[in-house]
Amino acid sequence: MVKGILGRKVGMTQIYDESGEVIPVTVIQAGPCQVLQVRTIERDGYEAVQLGFEDKRRPSENMKRSRSSQARRSERGHVSSKLSSKNASRRAAAGVEALPKAECEPKKFIREFRGSVEGVEVGQEVTVADLAEIPKVDVTATSKGRGFAGVMKRHNFSGQRATHGVKKVHRHAGGTGMSAAPSRLFKGKRMAGQYGNAKVTTRNLELVSVDEENNLIAIRGAVPGPNGGFVVVRETNKLG
Amino acid sequence: MVNKLIETIENASKKTDVPEFDIGDTVDVHVKILEGQKERIQIFSGVVIARNGSGTSEMFSVRRIVAGEGVERKFPLHSPRIEKVEVTRSSVVRRAKLYFLRDRTGKAVRLKERRRVTKS
Repeated sequence: MVKGILGRKVGMTQIYDESGEVIPVTVIQAGPCQVLQVRTIERDGYEAVQLGFEDKRRPSENMKRSRSSQARRSERGHVSSKLSSKNASRRAAAGVEALPKAECEPKKFIREFRGSVEGVEVGQEVTVADLAEIPKVDVTATSKGRGFAGVMKRHNFSGQRATHGVKKVHRHAGGTGMSAAPSRLFKGKRMAGQYGNAKVTTRNLELVSVDEENNLIAIRGAVPGPNGGFVVVRETNKLG
Repeated sequence: MVNKLIETIENASKKTDVPEFDIGDTVDVHVKILEGQKERIQIFSGVVIARNGSGTSEMFSVRRIVAGEGVERKFPLHSPRIEKVEVTRSSVVRRAKLYFLRDRTGKAVRLKERRRVTKS
């Protein structure tokens, strides 16, 4: 079974446990997700379950697709078998069996979960209830973009002194290497550059509560990305 | 504005019977404390000088004078460790934060008592 779900980060708050300790939690609205595709070793070379979260918006009545946020024909064909196409009819004529489709709306957020596909069927629904037994999770998301950031923000460098003759280089890095030998910079030297807006995984976070009624989960601690951003929640791969 | 979805998570750990008191009230705060294995209730009494925050993170500050030294403690309103808050005396105050009490000593600390009109 899939031990993961897709969702949106709602925001952070704090709750109390039985002993009165405060727990900082991130609230995530997760699922219900549909299984859009099942990858098998025979056909795809690997095993995975493809989940989709949140329906794409439809164009209004009698209108053509007018926005990039609305589903393309290929996206509609991915989830529905009712779309006729030249290719599909040719395949049918040749006797090729069509793959099962989820028969749902095209999805905004689609990700694959590697692992055993036993007992998973296309079109099956995955909800937060499936996470109920999991103690710890990993959360993957795109971190907040910070643009071209200096070394103090990006690598937690200390910068330089405010006084004592330091001139206009208070937030600079300082020395970056040695002298005539080796006469070059070593690769991987930490410097200023693009920071954030990258795929980040926070591992081994405690799953505090699961609210099946509202499709909400609460995770202890912070997760990457802005409020409203898409997140992938899966059972942790960390041991112990 | 707090998100409605966050509220649904918060509501689970909020108290249903939130202790009622006003700024300027003299209160007895009953706090559960764990001593080894035994749980005991300690009472901290003083004047409520401020309330801040909202939702599960709402806090209130209580100030009292112990041996001539001002002592302030801040409690989380919704903490299960706060057993109850008893109001022993109410007073007339005209602001929401009574930080001016910190600068006062002796008789000047007193606040004018508010007599609640009880309809009978």
